[in-house]
Amino acid sequence: MNRLLPFIGFMLLMGLFGFGIWWNTRNDPNAIPTPLLNKPAPAFNLPKLYEPTQMVSKADLLGQPYLLNVFASWCIECGVEHPVLEAAAPSLGVKLVGYNYKDAPADAKGWLAAHGNPYALLIADESGRTAIDFGVYGAPESFLIDAKGVIRYKHIGPITPDVLATKLKPAIAAMLKEAP
Amino acid sequence: MIRLRTRRSPLAGDAVALDARGGISTGASPASGLLRAFMFMVAMLMFAGAAHAQAIEPMPFANHAQELRFQHLTRQLRCPMCQNETLADSNAPIARDLRNQIFKLMREGKSDEEIKQYLVARYSDYILYDPPLKPGTLLLWFGPPLILLGGAGVVLVAIRKRKRDGMQATTVGDNADNGEEW
Repeated sequence: MNRLLPFIGFMLLMGLFGFGIWWNTRNDPNAIPTPLLNKPAPAFNLPKLYEPTQMVSKADLLGQPYLLNVFASWCIECGVEHPVLEAAAPSLGVKLVGYNYKDAPADAKGWLAAHGNPYALLIADESGRTAIDFGVYGAPESFLIDAKGVIRYKHIGPITPDVLATKLKPAIAAMLKEAP
Repeated sequence: MIRLRTRRSPLAGDAVALDARGGISTGASPASGLLRAFMFMVAMLMFAGAAHAQAIEPMPFANHAQELRFQHLTRQLRCPMCQNETLADSNAPIARDLRNQIFKLMREGKSDEEIKQYLVARYSDYILYDPPLKPGTLLLWFGPPLILLGGAGVVLVAIRKRKRDGMQATTVGDNADNGEEW
């Protein structure tokens, strides 16, 4: 038995490291869990990207659920996410709202012209001030907000087909089932 | 200081001349190789200096005490984007935005504790370098001492066993290949 102890210890360490690798491939170790989950989304009042004189507030969006997608033209991973969103938008079950984050409006419009525009509504936060209230620290990030304005799910990083199928869609389904 | 001195140094002129003559030929003398290495280091130092200068942009502080308070506070906070840097050091866009916001809150008369709460409410405890003691962080706080105690226990048991077996005088060298001790 004594002879086996070092080997057992080694195997335990191997198991621990293996678990660490497995865990980190499935979870983003840098993603910060949002304290806002299942809490009311912060109030905001932001201009529309295409009609900057019109403001959109949180109250304007109450009544139907939406996916708030934080994106920017300077954000490389947003380009990865964009085709997925475009393909998914019609069958998403919720309204897709684009949140243009710390971007020059001209750049954002050019980017959307080049990549396509899946958003039902586009709001712009050029300074990034409101994004701090949402706990945004980069792009892309996505918030699923229900009809009462409560944040039901947050995803940090690009929405990949895998994230869409295994996390976002179930979260939307659970939300719609509860309050159709 | 370093930047100014090296820029005026006659060595700099020599290196340029050498470069101009030798280009990137491989047949350069060892001396020019050394010079190049030196110039490379100087260039890196200059770059590091420039990058550092960029990270700390001037804020319109009312007085020195306010500046010190701001520096002290931002050094206790973690940049959410590049998580190995403090808000004071980081040059990430979000760090800049958060520094501006912290400064704004300071001018509004918020205390350090209120500003920390403001950030924790948005970015969770991750934003604090000093995590609070609560059920979720018990392992973080007491894990290392527990591991230390466990290790001490293992050592104690091993020593007792050796004493009981009367083997305390043997050395690893004598005993290395009997396969019983490890």
